[in-house]
Amino acid sequence: MSYKAKFKVWRGEGGEGRLEDFTVEVNEGEVVLDIIHRLQATQAPDLAVRWNCKAGKCGSCSMEINGKPRLGCMTRMSTFSEDETITVTPMRTFPVIKDLVNDVSYNYQKAREVPSFTPPADVRPGEFRMKQVDVERSQEFRKCIECFMCNNICHVIRDHEENKPNFSGPRFLMRIAELDMHPYDVADRQETAQEEHGLGYCNITKCCTEVCPEHIKITDNALIPMKERVVDRKYDPLVWLGNKIFKRSS
Amino acid sequence: MENSLNTERHEYDVVVIGAGGAGLRAAIEARQQGKRTAIVCKSLFGKAHTVMAEGGAAAAMGNVNPDDNWMVHFRDTMRGGKFLNNWRMAELHAKEAPDRVWELEAWGALFDRTKDGKISQRNFGGHEYPRLAHVGDRTGLEMIRTLQQRVVALQQEDYETHGDHEAYIKVFAECTVTRLLKDGDAISGAFGYWRETGNFIIFDAPAVVLATGGIGKSYVVTSNSWEYTGDGHALALLAGANLINMEFIQFHPTGMVWPPSVRGILVTESVRGDGGVLRNSEGKRFMFDYVPDVFKDKYATSEEEGDRWYTDQANNRRPPELLPRDEVARAINAEVKAGRGSPQGGVFLDVSTRLPAEEIKKRLPSMYHQFKELADVDITAEPMQVGPTCHYIMGGVEVEADTGAAAVPGLFAAGEVSGGMHGSNRLGGNSLSDLLVFGRRAGAGAAAYVDGLAGRPKVADDAVEAAREEALAPLGRSGENPYEVHHELQRTMNDLVGIIRKPGEIAEALQVVEKLKERVALVGAAGSRVYNPGWHLAIDLRNMVLVSECVARAALLREESRGGHTRDDFPGMNPEWRRKLLVCSTEGGSVSVEEKVQPRMRDELIGLFERDELSKYLTDEEMTEFDGIAKS
Repeated sequence: MSYKAKFKVWRGEGGEGRLEDFTVEVNEGEVVLDIIHRLQATQAPDLAVRWNCKAGKCGSCSMEINGKPRLGCMTRMSTFSEDETITVTPMRTFPVIKDLVNDVSYNYQKAREVPSFTPPADVRPGEFRMKQVDVERSQEFRKCIECFMCNNICHVIRDHEENKPNFSGPRFLMRIAELDMHPYDVADRQETAQEEHGLGYCNITKCCTEVCPEHIKITDNALIPMKERVVDRKYDPLVWLGNKIFKRSS
Repeated sequence: MENSLNTERHEYDVVVIGAGGAGLRAAIEARQQGKRTAIVCKSLFGKAHTVMAEGGAAAAMGNVNPDDNWMVHFRDTMRGGKFLNNWRMAELHAKEAPDRVWELEAWGALFDRTKDGKISQRNFGGHEYPRLAHVGDRTGLEMIRTLQQRVVALQQEDYETHGDHEAYIKVFAECTVTRLLKDGDAISGAFGYWRETGNFIIFDAPAVVLATGGIGKSYVVTSNSWEYTGDGHALALLAGANLINMEFIQFHPTGMVWPPSVRGILVTESVRGDGGVLRNSEGKRFMFDYVPDVFKDKYATSEEEGDRWYTDQANNRRPPELLPRDEVARAINAEVKAGRGSPQGGVFLDVSTRLPAEEIKKRLPSMYHQFKELADVDITAEPMQVGPTCHYIMGGVEVEADTGAAAVPGLFAAGEVSGGMHGSNRLGGNSLSDLLVFGRRAGAGAAAYVDGLAGRPKVADDAVEAAREEALAPLGRSGENPYEVHHELQRTMNDLVGIIRKPGEIAEALQVVEKLKERVALVGAAGSRVYNPGWHLAIDLRNMVLVSECVARAALLREESRGGHTRDDFPGMNPEWRRKLLVCSTEGGSVSVEEKVQPRMRDELIGLFERDELSKYLTDEEMTEFDGIAKS
């Protein structure tokens, strides 16, 4: 039932660090986060890791396990063989504060750059009427637990720090799609998705969809439809003409 | 070793501690009333424990059954709390919950819909009609994201007006408050540290709203996250406020029991609300044997009637699986003790034979996901195994119902950290609505309090110095490992002050707690001040031990069984005890408990109940008074 596993865990702060070796007990049914907690309790009390719910609902314990972005709380030890050395590192795309904890402020900044839900001014609370089928598309995106692993894996910023100012990442492009598909949102989302949030950088490799712990089809259901809407509009002669005639005041 | 250079200082009108549903709603209200507002939270913004709420927010909108209204909701809430609730809070809650839910929709929340396009409502334990606004089984996530996005919307407005997103509302994430600061009797601010750097931070503020949630981390088997260390409860006590109802702890009947590492993680009550049933190892739906007298005429007596209720509520009574949580938790506990438990030490919760697989995946997606990924169990094909888990504390800071004001001027509390609203037992679904209703009220209460002040209170330097020394102490010691002390506290509370309580065991727990206090004063934290969880735990232990002592002391005094407090030696409810609240306060590190008379319900509210029902809860003296009211 119980065995000793070999772990390599990233330790360090202030831009420096190294992989540290640990041998640690593993029991039946445990997940990687349990093992990190056991290390804290028995061998490394100041080992830093974020976590909250331990049930895949809060998106706090994002880390890279053997190089793959994973939630520590949803990665069962039984998916590894007993003699395998398991390597745990912080997310690569964001700066490291200490050990497994990243500075994820990039994400909060991008969140703030997306204009909020904008309902028509004359609909009062309690008056909203929406069909289930019309809310389901946006509901899928609202399953997002903001683990930021999609932004972490996206090569547009994972390998290109210089793209960060111009690219909001799958998480926030999906947020824009969510609002665009909300039955009551009246703001214009399509132009800014392309011009300000870097939708054009996405070349639909679907890495974000693969790592999503909520199994949201980010690429197929949010990013591609959003790209199509942008294209339809850009090359629709009527829209083009309309834009010429009624130059928007903003 | 410490200098003022790495201590930040900020001035605000209102400081909200906690960024779950109650904290965010309070902060939104304070900011909407023009107050400069800080939100201080231990985790990242949007990760608070509210995300784990699954079932929904109870609000008598009447979208599914038009017979529902605030009076029915009020009655259900009082029954659920076994009439120990603060009636004024229960009244405000029932009346205002619909507006608070509709408001979320205007801020972008997308609830599941009825056929005619309104917010759908689901059945839940103790609620007479389908009442819970929900999004599948991830309602808490929807709520916290909506409130988070509302905060961002306000910041965007402030950027337009003032050129600064954080001019009027700022989130201090991963920041822990360790002491409230006072000027004389009144609040003057708060002291804390940044988790990331270990540097200290001082808030100068005349009003503080506590919205820190519960105390579940004092127990081993709990549905609560690491943040639930009773911080707000302890901060309030140490600042001179009172706690009430601390003996009442809700053990949610259905937590996961296997694998061991996920023991305690919540299995939503929606499983039962949507048709799931509880069975013992003999295959029997045992809840029919556990309907208590006070609920006898409200629950089905046969499986056939219970099953018909899901489609025809007018002519059938609800199945007993939907009794209030305290009843179901005790029943499961009794079945397991009688040797009729499941192989992994719980009972069976089965929805697989009750709904088609596709329907289960649609209605309970995160439960499907959770069992599949953590336990290798396909809930569409086989039953789950579940057992009670420490979930919620009904007790908390004694507050004024209308404003959330505590006894200390400038101190407010809302949500789980406040006490009274839920009496001795909270109904499922009443928590999310509680957060919204009383979060808003506490935010408004704090704003009004600030408006009424003649001058700003001052933070005393010596209090700051004492708080700094207290926080740094564990780092300077090479003492005991804080994780071991924490584990012993959890085991003690779990084993000795759990679901069924015996006076000898509670007394033993109190002795252990006394010894733990001494050990907590000596724990050491290795490492630096930078993001050091061992140090953070060493600081949190003070709070956990203090609130655990409150729970145990109050549990020892209350000689009856009611809601979330079951005494082995006093198995029944006692009407005399219904009139008494136990009030905890602290002086010089030890907790004292005093009895206080429960305020009497307003005449028109008591008139909402039938005489027969009241006579099950009230004393003869109170009934004579009631008859007088009924006559006049």
